[in-house]
Amino acid sequence: MPDNRVSANVVSADAVSADRPDSSSLPGGPAVADLVPAGTRPPEPRRPATRATPAPVGHDPLDDGPVVDGRGPAGDGLAADDVWEVGPRAAWRRRRKVAVATVGPLLRRPGFVLAVLFVAFVIVSGLAPSWFTSYAPSATSPTDKLRGPSTSHLFGTDELGRDLFSRMLHGSTLTIKATGGAVLTAAVVGLALGVVAGFAGGWVDGLLMRLVDTLMAIPILLMALTIVTALGFGLVPMAIAVSVGIAPAFARTTRAEVLRVREAAFVEAARTGGASWGRVLLRHVLPNSWGPVAVLVVLDFGTAVLLISSLSFLGFGTPPPAAEWGTLISNGRNYLVTSPWLSLLPGLFVGLVVFSLNHIARTLEETQR
Amino acid sequence: MPRYLAGRFAQALAVLWAAYTVAFVILHILPSDPITLQLSASGADINTLTPAQIHTLKARYGLDDPIVSQYLHHLWDALHGKLGMSLTQNVSVGSLIGDKLPATLLLTAVALPITLVLGFGTALLATYVQWRPARVLLARLPTVGVSLPQFFVGLLLIQVFAFSLSWLPATGHQSGTGIILPAVTMALPGSAMLAQLLTRSLSDTWSEPYITTARAKGLTRAAVQLRHALRNASLPALTLLGVVVGYTVTNSVVVEAVFSRSGIGALTQQAVLGQDVPLVQAIVLVASVLFVGVNLIVDLLYSLLDPRVATAARLA
Repeated sequence: MPDNRVSANVVSADAVSADRPDSSSLPGGPAVADLVPAGTRPPEPRRPATRATPAPVGHDPLDDGPVVDGRGPAGDGLAADDVWEVGPRAAWRRRRKVAVATVGPLLRRPGFVLAVLFVAFVIVSGLAPSWFTSYAPSATSPTDKLRGPSTSHLFGTDELGRDLFSRMLHGSTLTIKATGGAVLTAAVVGLALGVVAGFAGGWVDGLLMRLVDTLMAIPILLMALTIVTALGFGLVPMAIAVSVGIAPAFARTTRAEVLRVREAAFVEAARTGGASWGRVLLRHVLPNSWGPVAVLVVLDFGTAVLLISSLSFLGFGTPPPAAEWGTLISNGRNYLVTSPWLSLLPGLFVGLVVFSLNHIARTLEETQR
Repeated sequence: MPRYLAGRFAQALAVLWAAYTVAFVILHILPSDPITLQLSASGADINTLTPAQIHTLKARYGLDDPIVSQYLHHLWDALHGKLGMSLTQNVSVGSLIGDKLPATLLLTAVALPITLVLGFGTALLATYVQWRPARVLLARLPTVGVSLPQFFVGLLLIQVFAFSLSWLPATGHQSGTGIILPAVTMALPGSAMLAQLLTRSLSDTWSEPYITTARAKGLTRAAVQLRHALRNASLPALTLLGVVVGYTVTNSVVVEAVFSRSGIGALTQQAVLGQDVPLVQAIVLVASVLFVGVNLIVDLLYSLLDPRVATAARLA
């Protein structure tokens, strides 16, 4: 009966999709599944059949010794002979080959390389602003106020004659601290929660996932605003707020990946071989589950940058004279008619950073497929 | 079907309760209490007040009860539509929100068709155009839309259309055209997400057998796309529209700040700046009611458009 087949297919596709809300929808931006809490998301009725079958498990030849059928994961460039070699030197050579095989295709994408270079520039210039600008961020110069962008002042100067590029780079320091802190905390907490939920199962899993569902039901910005209300303004409250906002998605993705890998044949083999659960977790499950989580980390850096600059744009950031990106843009608004670069150039800069991060995440996701 | 409806309704209520509770916990159990927050926000120091004064203040807002009884009390009041008094403005929270909500809902109502046109337009073009550079560009466009901060888009639109071209007013409620720029700003992230989703589901649908059949019958690409592919691909877009409408409150915060409009978003900003705990709590509640309500409607529409959804829910 065609009807039966269709509905059975829908159920199985939905069962899979409920466990993997993120991996199928990371197009480079806040994906729908991230925004819709699992409880309120209707099952998607029409999915291509390929979604219903679990993705092929990336068998890692490095950790599991010789692969039985002598075939590495698709596209890693390993010949069967390499896999059969044993010994530390051969292992090292294999590792290097895998690294080259992973990085090689990425280097051939100019957009990806540009995005990585730009993000690297932002990070380095944020950590050491004095390498890129000779102006002090708070040095005023009344004769040079509200100058347009030029070779001596890349982003122009503000109403007190301060160099905007220098203020931007010093703002990067704050942004990098806040986003870095937020995303790393969220990743560690989310990873831990996801692994515990995926491994423990039963009521622990149920309880943790209900908590995650609840947190995901509140829009991230609203959650962040609530936390900022309770904790006060500044860099640390913003970082905490953002990290609480994005941690649930990490927990969900990690759990889904752990569930997927846990049932894999090589995990069973390792268990049969006498490895403890802890060892299986560290050596087999985590290395095979980190791919989608890594994509999510990069993606969430973009989300965190957007959120933190929005929060500081709204006036919840560090108090002056220190200025975060959003604060600079908000200050520049007062001069929008006469000196539009004061808010538009920093805004473009933030947009470029987020776009680069999204592009990196998207490319990584495409190469993983 | 009735069982499916009842289940979805209970689920929606549970999400509402949970959202209210999470907000309450964050606002009341975290280190500072509302009185201290409010005093520090208005520039006073808690130490300048005598213990008796603090006690009177706390008693006035019911803050001297144990936290659990406070919670039950607030929840009971919220169930009866009583959301308490604002700490910063001496008005009831309910009337504040009631005053501001219509302007923001109007903004969403204008933004929604813009979201639809931009989202569907981009996705249809991206899958229809065959010239490769244009295709790549159109496919990448949504990522740009998702990445641009809303405040940047808003300021750019003001700069271009209000100051340089003088076509539209930058701010203001008086003229009807003043709503266009904020609505476009509000629509952009949603339409980018919609375009991403549709592009993906359109190209997925394109490999289905019935598309091959339609093409084999001799239909043109455009006809196949509009009559066959789009219909099936656009169902998931309904979920996304639910999200766009459901996120009205959060989306309006930045937009209303950029365009100096009054509305629920501007009220939220004031509430957080003044650390007005009852107001923030009420806004979270209103935002979740909106979100959960819209998603419930979307789910019900789904089960009407595609009866398999309710069946699948019963089987699972």
